[in-house]
Amino acid sequence: MTIFALVDCNNFYASCERIFQPRLINKPIVVLSNNDGCVIARSNEAKILGIPMGAPYFKFRNDFKKKGVIVLSSNYALYGDISNRVMTVLSSFTPRSEIYSIDECFLDLSGFDHLNLTEYCKHIRQCVLQWTGIPVSIGVGQTKTLSKIANRLAKTSKKTEGILDLNNSPWIDIALQKTEVNNVWGIGRRWSRVLERQDILTAYDLRAAPERWIRQKFGIVGLRTVKELQGLSCVKLEDESPDKQTICVSRSFGKPLTDYTALKSAIATFSDRASSKVRKHGLIAGEINVFVQTSPFNTDIEQYSKSITLSLHPQTNSTQEIHRAAMRGLNQIFKPNIHYKKAGVILINLSRPEKAVKDLFYPYVQSNDQLSKAYDIINQRFGSGFLQLGQVKKPKTWYMNQNYKTPSFTTRWDELPRAK
Amino acid sequence: MKFLSVLTSTLHLPFILSRVPAGFPSPAEDFVEGSLDLNDYIEHPAATYFVKAEGDSMIGAGIYDGDLLIVDRSLEPKNGSIVIASVMGDLTVKRLKRDTHGAWLLAPENSDYPSIPLLEESQIWGVVKNSVRNLE
Repeated sequence: MTIFALVDCNNFYASCERIFQPRLINKPIVVLSNNDGCVIARSNEAKILGIPMGAPYFKFRNDFKKKGVIVLSSNYALYGDISNRVMTVLSSFTPRSEIYSIDECFLDLSGFDHLNLTEYCKHIRQCVLQWTGIPVSIGVGQTKTLSKIANRLAKTSKKTEGILDLNNSPWIDIALQKTEVNNVWGIGRRWSRVLERQDILTAYDLRAAPERWIRQKFGIVGLRTVKELQGLSCVKLEDESPDKQTICVSRSFGKPLTDYTALKSAIATFSDRASSKVRKHGLIAGEINVFVQTSPFNTDIEQYSKSITLSLHPQTNSTQEIHRAAMRGLNQIFKPNIHYKKAGVILINLSRPEKAVKDLFYPYVQSNDQLSKAYDIINQRFGSGFLQLGQVKKPKTWYMNQNYKTPSFTTRWDELPRAK
Repeated sequence: MKFLSVLTSTLHLPFILSRVPAGFPSPAEDFVEGSLDLNDYIEHPAATYFVKAEGDSMIGAGIYDGDLLIVDRSLEPKNGSIVIASVMGDLTVKRLKRDTHGAWLLAPENSDYPSIPLLEESQIWGVVKNSVRNLE
């Protein structure tokens, strides 16, 4: 019999910010998206104040001030580092785990049922909290879907103290009754509307739904969810993540760009970033897509949106080659006197160098050339973006608005936390 | 198949700088053990944070302004541990002590500063395991 635990960090971004700034504890915090656009994370206190997810900052600015909400720009260097730490600690509690997102991790606890799982999870929770400073909630069930449900209830119910074990539990029926069908893992809004019309309102109802009808309506994926609710594990643990299909680096600009040089510098930076990323994953790219667009919200200006895909031949992960293609692409789609709000570079047709399809006339792939390697080492040492190709001057104009960013406490020597 | 894996496996050998194929072989060659890595000093990387010391409240313990403190949060704080604590929303470095009545204190190592009683809203953030100072 299988047993899964889903460990989910509580209000992860807000919790990361609080580790090094204890004065933020018990205060309402919101974290803004790139470019300080809208709210992407809220502390519990901010949720209680009724601040909606996705709230646009420019609309809520005064509201935040009145309610004493602390506003922070997203600090992904910090969140990424803390996430790694949490995942490392978690991986010491079971031989098999799957990182599901930046703040969620499935643990395979099959064969651990000789232990009191609630006690074991308490121990995990305590250890993650002490070692990293991040509070987590843990849900346990016989399938991934059930562990998700357990986790959700662990988080919302005070009594559980952050841990709910639904494996062989007398509470499982009540837990399923308390879970609306749209909160079941894998059931989207569209499916839940169809289900609700059939009076299938909770996970409990869904578990007992006629399988033939489910299969007809939602196919094998829907049936899998029902089986998972019944305790039959159908979604396996993916401990090795599949190779990426695409790598995208794009940004909205703080202020729109009209100037070719500025846009060129932005695209150069994105292409640099994308090539480092593709190398980090040990892949090579076969095609590159470059795109530029105006803001769809600003209807006073001329709207323009264009993208172009160029093939990289031979397939490559060299910064130089990708840069060259990106510049050629931009040249072809750039139109003067346009207010560009967003641009980006997408690498597509990614493959492992050893599996790449060879060409009769170019029998080689270009993977990890010495120059790109040196590039990565220098940027790792001096901070990403320290070394860039071509005339990438950094005009502040296209930089993201990040007016409320906290220091990179764990990833930059000159930004360490201080103690008196 | 077993042979194949032997043939294709890689073995990392320590890098030897001496280039003496024609002269005398280095007598140390058989004893090379690789080099020391300061990272080995950090026992629990996932629980270790770096903090900069500020001010002179801990000079008695040899911690000066600007020193790099290596904080291992996996260690249990004991009576006498040097700790990072959060007091009134700020991080502070002090020695954790028990006074004669058994109450916990955050004690400075400089007589110019008072001891701080460890109140409920204060929290031990982590135990300072090492301190690093640039001497030059």
